[in-house]
Parts: sequence; C-alpha cells; structure tokens
Amino acid sequence: MKYYDKLIFEISREGRVGYSLPKSEWEGLTSSLSEEASGIAKNLLRETPAELPEVSELDVVRHYTNVSNKNFGVETGFYPLGSCTMKYNPKINEEIAHHPAFCGLHPLQSEESVQGALAIYYHTARVLSELTGLADFTLTPFAGAHGELTGLMVMRQYHLLRGDTKRTRVIVPDSAHGTNPASAAVCGLEIVEVKSTANGTVDTNDLKGLLDDTVAGIMMTNPNTLGIYETQVVEIAHLVHEAGGLLYYDGANLNPMLGASRPGDMGFDIMHINLHKTFSTPHGGGGPGSGPVGVAAHLVDCLPNPRVVFVDGKYKVKSGKMKVESNHSGGICQFGNSCGRVAAFMGNFGVVMKAYTYILSLGKDIKHVGPIATLNANYVKESLRDAYYLPVDTVCKHEFVFDGLADKSTGVTTLDIAKRLLDYGYHAPTIYFPLLFHQSIMIEPTETESKETLDDFIDIMHRVAEEALADPDMVKTAPHTTPVRRLDETTAAKNPLIKYRDLC
Amino acid sequence: MNKYIPHTPDDIRQMLDKIGVSSIDDLFADIPASVRLQKEYDLPEAMSEEEIRAYFKALGDKNRQQVIFAGGGAYDHYTPSVIDALLSRSEFLTAYTPYQPEISQGTLQYIFEYQSHICELTGMDCTNASMYDGATAAVEALFMAVAQAKKKNRVLVSATLNPTLITIIGTYAKYKGIEVDLIPETDGYTDRTAMQAMLAEGDVAGVLVGSPNHYGIIEDYTGFADDIHAAKALMIMHCDPSALAVLKTPAEWGADIACGDGQPLGIPLSFGGPYVGFLACRKELVRKLPGRIVGATKDVDGKRAFVLTLQAREQHIRREKANSNICSNQSLMALHITIYLALMGKQGLREVNEQSYGAAHYLHDELVKTGLFVPAFPNAPFLKEFALRTTLPVKALQAQLAEQGYMAGIALGDYREGMDDCILFCATEKRTKGQIDELVKLVKEAKL
Repeated sequence: MKYYDKLIFEISREGRVGYSLPKSEWEGLTSSLSEEASGIAKNLLRETPAELPEVSELDVVRHYTNVSNKNFGVETGFYPLGSCTMKYNPKINEEIAHHPAFCGLHPLQSEESVQGALAIYYHTARVLSELTGLADFTLTPFAGAHGELTGLMVMRQYHLLRGDTKRTRVIVPDSAHGTNPASAAVCGLEIVEVKSTANGTVDTNDLKGLLDDTVAGIMMTNPNTLGIYETQVVEIAHLVHEAGGLLYYDGANLNPMLGASRPGDMGFDIMHINLHKTFSTPHGGGGPGSGPVGVAAHLVDCLPNPRVVFVDGKYKVKSGKMKVESNHSGGICQFGNSCGRVAAFMGNFGVVMKAYTYILSLGKDIKHVGPIATLNANYVKESLRDAYYLPVDTVCKHEFVFDGLADKSTGVTTLDIAKRLLDYGYHAPTIYFPLLFHQSIMIEPTETESKETLDDFIDIMHRVAEEALADPDMVKTAPHTTPVRRLDETTAAKNPLIKYRDLC
Repeated sequence: MNKYIPHTPDDIRQMLDKIGVSSIDDLFADIPASVRLQKEYDLPEAMSEEEIRAYFKALGDKNRQQVIFAGGGAYDHYTPSVIDALLSRSEFLTAYTPYQPEISQGTLQYIFEYQSHICELTGMDCTNASMYDGATAAVEALFMAVAQAKKKNRVLVSATLNPTLITIIGTYAKYKGIEVDLIPETDGYTDRTAMQAMLAEGDVAGVLVGSPNHYGIIEDYTGFADDIHAAKALMIMHCDPSALAVLKTPAEWGADIACGDGQPLGIPLSFGGPYVGFLACRKELVRKLPGRIVGATKDVDGKRAFVLTLQAREQHIRREKANSNICSNQSLMALHITIYLALMGKQGLREVNEQSYGAAHYLHDELVKTGLFVPAFPNAPFLKEFALRTTLPVKALQAQLAEQGYMAGIALGDYREGMDDCILFCATEKRTKGQIDELVKLVKEAKL
C-alpha cells in the first residue's frame, strides 16, 4: 500500500462538513452567539475562531484508517514487551463495555437509577480482593502510576492518623519501576534506595540498615523487574512491619502470581493493579488504563472517596464530607479518615467493566494464567540463552532480562536488535530497563501466546544474533522495511514542533 | 486449556523438557510454602459468552436510563457514529505507548493532531499527549506553577470552581505540602478585590479560575492576568473545551496555563469514565509540562515523522525529585476527541454551542415562567448550565422526576452551604423542545 503522509489539517477544504445535527428549534430565541443575539458581552466571546478542520465523513474515516495502518497492536503481531503484559484483549470485553445500558449513565445520577453500574463496581472490588488477599479496593485510580500515588497517600494518611508525623521516607529498590520514586516524590516522600543482591533480589542486610522510625514503608514489586520472585519476602515483611512501616506492592508484575501467590498473603498492606496488564484490557496506545488500589483490613478507612458499599440490599456511594466553605483560609477540605479524593468521578469505569468481563470469562480457571505465563517466559529464556547474555541465571516468572548479545564483538547494541526485530514483524522487547545492566533486553511473552508463536520468535532472535556477526552494519541501520526508519530525535528536541501551526 | 490459553498438553511437555524441569510447579519451587497459594479461588466457574451477555444484561436492566438535564463536569453531547468504529480498530486500541516510533506512527500522528486541536481551542503554544481527567490536569497545572516559582509554595483557587475539583486539589496539595487558599466569591463571581489582597500577602505561585464556573456563569476575568502577573504568579484557567469554540480563550484572557476535561467533546457519559484531561501552556513553560509530548521530525530518508520529544525533562532525569508521576494517560480518549473535532470542524462545534445555548435558555425561561423558580444569580451570562432557586423541596422533586425518567439537575446543597434550595440545570444540543416541555410540565404537576 502507498505510504500515507497527510495530517487531517492538510486535507481540509473550506465549507466541507463531517457531522449532522438536527435543525435548530431555537431560531426564535437565538441562532447566533453574537453579543447582539445572545446578550453575552462581546468581551466574553472568542476573538478569533479556532482553525478546526473542514472535512467530510469519508475523509475522516479514510484518514484515520490510513493512519492506523502505520501502527502495531497486539493483533498485528507478537508484542514481547517486558513489564507491560501485552496479552490478548478479548472482544467480548469491548462488547460488554459498550453496552448501551451503561454508556448513557451520568456519573451523578441517583443511586437508585445506577444500581447495575454500582453492582459491577462493588463486585469487581470483591473479586480483586479474592485474587490478591487484600480486604478492599478502590477502583478510582486511572492508571498504574495514579494507583501508586493513591496507595502512598493511604500509607501517609495511616501514619498521620496515628499522629506519627516523622515517617516521611520510603524505601525503593534500585531495580524498581521508574514510576515508584516519581510517585513517592509527588506524595511528598523522600526516597531511600535499597540495593539488590547479585541475583537481583532485595538485599535484606542493606534493608536492615535503612529501617528506623522515619520510614513510612517500602515499595516492592514481586516478582521483581528481573522476573525473579523475592524469596525473602516474608522476612522483609516482618522487618518492615517491626520497624512500624507498611509494605506497598507494585502490581505491574501481578500476572505470574495468578494461581501462585497472593500479595496479601506475602505480607503486603497496600497494592495497585494494572487492569490493562493482568486483566486484559487494551493499552489504547497509552491509556485509558485503570489502577485499582487494594488495602489490608486495618487501612480500609484510609481509602479515597467515593466508595461503593452494599447496605440493606442496595449499593450506595459514600462520598465523604464534600462541603467547601467560602472565604475560609488554610485547610480547605475535611476528609475524615479517608486519604481524600483523587478523581472527579469513579475512575475509568468502562475499563473496569472490561476487566470484570475477563475475570468472569475465566472464573476459577484464572489460576492457569500465572503458571502458563511463567512457562512461556522460561521456555523463551532457555531457548535463547546461547545467543544472548543471561546475567542472572535462575528460574524466572513472567519475564526475564538479557544483557545484550552473548557476542558483542561487532558492536551491535540492544537498540539495534530491537530495531531489527521490527523488520521481521515483531514488536521490540522493553530495552535499557531495568537499569541494573547496560544492555538490558526485557522479554515478557504472556500466557496468551502459543508455542508456535514463541518458536518463530526464537528463530528470529537467533537469526538477528547471527546477522549481528555476519552483517553488523545492516543491523545497525535497521529497521529497513517499516513505514518510517530511524528518526532524528535530536532535532525534534532542539527545535520542538508540536502542533500543526508550527509546521506552517 | 481455554480460549485465551492455547497450550496443548503436548506443548507443555515439550516446553518443560526444553527448560529441564518436570512440571510447571517446579517453576514455582522458589516461593516459600507459607505464601504459596494452596486453595482454589473463591470465584464462579468460567462463564460462556452467552452467560456473560445475560449476566450484564440483567445488571443493565437495574439501571434506569434518564433524559439528562444535568452537567456538573459531565455533559451529554452528541457522539458521532464514526468515532467508535475507528477507535475499535485494533491498531489503535491494542497498541502500547509509542516507544518504537518506526511502528507507532499511527499513535504519534494522532497525538500530534490532538495537540494541534488543544492549542487551537485554548490559544496556547504547547500541550501534552493528555492527562487522566480535568481535575488531575488542574492539580498538575498548579504543581507546574509551584515548580516554576521555585521558592513559593502557595496557590489560590476560586471558590466558584466545582467543589469536587477543589477537594481533589486539596488532597494532592496536602501530601505534596502545598498551601491552598480559597478566593471567596460574591454573587457567583470570583471576588477580584479579595484576590488582590491575597496576592499582596505574598508567596503565591499560581491562581486557578474556571470558565464557565461551577454555576455555569461565564465570568469576566478582565484585569485578573495583570493582577496575578504583577504578583509574579501564573494564571491558570480550567475550561470547558467545547465552549472554547465561542468563549474567550485562556490565552485571550492572558492565562499562562489552560486545563480541563475533554469529555464535553463528544465523549459519552459512561458513568464517569473513561474521559480525558488536557493541559496546555505558553511556550516558556514547556519544560515544566508533565507527561508525554509528540514532536515532528524526519527519518534518515527525510520522510516526515513523529516522535516522543523533550523527554529529558525533570521527571525523567531526576525522578526522585519528580513534579509529576504520570505515565499511562488517556491516549485512546485523546483520539476520541481528535476525531470528534475533525468531524464537527469549525462550523459544527460552533453549532453545538449555539444549540446548547438555545436549549438551556429556553429551559431556563420556561422554568422561571412556572413561578416556582428564580435565577440564583440574576443576569449572569451562561451557555448551557445555570443555577435556579426553587420553592419546591429539591430532593423530593429530583426523586420524583427520576422515577419519571428525567435527571433534573444537580442539588447544589450537596456541595455548598446555604444552597439547599438551588438546582444546577444543564441542557445541551441533544435536548429537544419536546423533552424540555415535558420536563417543565412534570415539574408543574409534581405532587410533593
């Protein structure tokens, strides 16, 4: 197909329209928002019109269809992106989330008129509790990082309610996801890094030295970002709790734990889940995701408002105190025990519906997800370790990390390998993360991929390793067959062109 | 095994052989026995598609669809059919964040178009790839102001903003350690004199105001930018992006940052989400802008292409000092409003506002004519949302109309002191004269 290179603004022609509205019934009242007709002072009206495109409906449909053809999704091909859990996104989830009985609901409708929607919210929280071993969940956070921040607010509120104001430090492993320290900083916490041992797990000796009465808690992901289960987790939980801190579980790596081990049982007090990873909702090119936060029983009152509860056979929304008083200086809101409020309504409800559909589709069989995801990852690891360097040689869970090629003599880097994979119709793995190694290649196959798909990927990875020795220049200039090739990122950053007007 | 797991027993056997273990259980031998899951999950058996459909149909039947005469941050505008069809394309829907630009030009290009639209509507120079919602966008705007001011740690927010938004700002500020003060209101308007006095107290990094405000009033912000800039603070406006087709833009008011929720741009109500936030600013502030930004560039062959740019900002290089932690945002919903704006175009978005204005003013006038309502803020200009005081008991009236299939506004007494007799009504271009006449008739006949 011919490469399509137009922006919507470039196909605009004055006078074309792509919409239909009913004939206005308000001609007698006003048909124009001029000062004369509406009584809205000219001073309040826009001076120059917004230059929006003028295109027909077919123009729009063809344009975005052509634009979509320059993208790669899970349905295009294998997406072995580490820590991202790019599993198949079932179609029934989409059908249910688009059900007209839910799409038209206003978020502030009366409780009586939204009992079905509230039931979904309530029961999704219940099944997440069962799967994680935590007492209750809020489904409000919009994404994983938003969940982290919300969870840390819960952690801080817990300490503040006890009058323990000096706990302002949070411990984060050096292998943590990048959002962990960022979330802690936004929550007003100071970050203390705990070292990893040679096998990639938290160094408990280093941890012991960091624990004192200024520690609010620790953030961990288990399995960690090397895909390795933190075997000392029970001892770590004991140490942190003994020092008065709480344990936060970063749920980005929850997938392999389905059917294997629950964060609540491991000793974690707070966690978030990425519904767009473990529970099959689509990533949408960068959202909408959903990041529910679960807590142990002693923290339930610290969850943010609003909360959905089931009382006397009815689902109810507990909003907490919401009055804002005029002309009041200082602390403007009262939240009671709750950590506060983190979103205008109840989060990405449509995404929650998709995840709940997925959980009901699998039911008890969801216990196979973790084991098969783990089988797939170990199979790929063992099949490729001859050609790629495996820095930590142990059984992994859902993902594992290579440190570049086994033979780096021709100077072919992880970036080059990633780009060459694109030529073969594969998405690249996660690269240069975790930061523990210089040439990290992080591979997560997920349980929805068949042995045939993995075998084909393994063949291609071997072929790329051979090409790196036989024809390194070709690999270093890859990709060669994609819609565009390597980009000039330096000029883009030096002279930012970030809207159509910048190009005119 | 099941439709989402393709492994045959033979596949599993061969894979275990390659790994060199005898069972899948062996791969979990490192998990301490005390925390290894020993039980079956207390979940139902797997449901077939037909069972799933029946289950959700039964739940859906427990909801009551209503004719919406309320806003309060979520507006019932028309959604063109084209949008869902295009958003369902798996190339958009199932892609990850565009980290490999060579095979993500689709996502990168629509984000570039989205950024262009948001800058057009707000009049601002720069914007990012989207935020979670309007409220968190406002929080991030205030954080930007504090970061830009370096040593100042206090922000002012107008009491005429939606109290839910103020509560969210209060939450984030509490943990980030930022002081928030409310600028009082007078008759539904931000009190400029009070703001000037608060600015004079010093230490103010940013001031947040809304357009339209929580009461639907289009406030006159003449002179605000001068006051705020004289105090070396930033002016931030929270706006309805649909209304920006006709209302004075944040840039025209002299604001430094614009933020808000994209939902009014044709995103279905969907019980509150997913929606999308936007955050735009003057170019001097671009390095403080959180989140992802897409820029135009060329590939090695000279082809125009798009790429994530300005990545070397604070949150990436000094994450332990990060001012924002946003990662995943609401990309697909940014595509939603990008397609909406392409379809509606210059003329359509204006017409949406004109018809909403017509419907809302007709509703306003008809309700006042009943003698049961008076304007809460007489003569205040509004577009599609307005507050009325009533002699009827608010909650009983709303409950009865809900039974009859109408969502009759929002009870302002739930949010504000002294407004127990106030209802915030809204009408968009989707409301017909017939619906409005029926609502007014039911109000008149209400037995309370």
